[in-house]
Amino acid sequence: MTARDYSCVVTLLLDRSSIVLEAGKEYLVEARLWPLARRHGLASVSEFIQRLRAPGSGGLIEEMVEAMVTTETSFFRDIHPFKTLLDTVLPELIAARRNDRCLAIWCAASSSGQEPYTIALILREYFPELADWKITFQSTDLSHDMLRRCRAGNYSQLEVNRGLPVALLMKYFRQEGARWQIRDDVREMIDFQPINLAEPWPAMQPFDLIFLRNVMIYFDVETKKSILAQISRILRPDGYLILGGAETTFYLDVSYKRVESLKGGYYRLAAK
Amino acid sequence: MRTLLIDDSRAVRAFIRPILRELNFEVIEAGNGQEGLDRLREFPDTALILVDWNMPVMDGLEFVCAVRADQNFDAVRIVMVTTETESEQMNRAMMAGANEYVMKPFTRDVLVAKLSLLDVFGA
Repeated sequence: MTARDYSCVVTLLLDRSSIVLEAGKEYLVEARLWPLARRHGLASVSEFIQRLRAPGSGGLIEEMVEAMVTTETSFFRDIHPFKTLLDTVLPELIAARRNDRCLAIWCAASSSGQEPYTIALILREYFPELADWKITFQSTDLSHDMLRRCRAGNYSQLEVNRGLPVALLMKYFRQEGARWQIRDDVREMIDFQPINLAEPWPAMQPFDLIFLRNVMIYFDVETKKSILAQISRILRPDGYLILGGAETTFYLDVSYKRVESLKGGYYRLAAK
Repeated sequence: MRTLLIDDSRAVRAFIRPILRELNFEVIEAGNGQEGLDRLREFPDTALILVDWNMPVMDGLEFVCAVRADQNFDAVRIVMVTTETESEQMNRAMMAGANEYVMKPFTRDVLVAKLSLLDVFGA
């Protein structure tokens, strides 16, 4: 891949999704785009990038952006956010909403679905009292390919082996040869929809929990500020924003404060 | 904390051993279930056992049943690490008293994530 090829990918990513790809990530571009190049019958990533430059390549560019932003994920990834959710945050929110009996959750980067399904499994397994509550669970991603995977809820042995407690695997998945299918009642808890966080958002309801883990690292500072400002308008005053371990609101938005007593990247809106 | 690693494959033990040491476990080893029981009686304060299923002399499932039949070892956590990937087999292992289950082949990350589950969720 030439320097010009790399520069073309960097520019397209910034223009189309406000994603900043730093210098020296050529290996990442090669690794992510090679399967795509092969699928299109091309001999190299360079050839694929040449196609991106040609007129009328909108569909290919969308595929390129999707391939570049697909992140690594697993069930119960990093574990602490989910332990905190189970032990502290959900019991507290359930107590606070016991009269309304409504909870609204948004998982803002579904990827291949392991994170939203982890949350759904926690709700289903550990909080049976929510069975007759109105749970609004929205999960979104930029990638249509990923959303298709999420809606299918079908995982390889390697994927379920990674981070998913075997007791939950046995109870909530059905084995289909070497693959595992999540139960329909869990799949149906979640509404999977496409949203590009870097573009104008549709009208959204207020949420009690917004999971935005390992997403902001991809965006430039202005986009991060815009995302946090929009979230501050739809996060309930006693709700939580959950960020990834390498992410923070510091220097970006003063309306948030980290909840130091909670392990796992929990933020609340600062009292006005 | 001490962990007992039971597998008849030296290669598998050689793969797992450094991962456990990296996690600050003291590692003792055995090549089958019977040797594993002997080692466990020798070191009764062992906190964690990783055990293969298919082994000569005494297999992993028999080993789990034997450990769970002895009240002295109620607190020890057992993880089956095995090529048995059928849900019926998993169910048998869990019913016998295993706490977690790792399907072979697996990567370092898979094992670390499973051990974190035991640590944090107390599975």
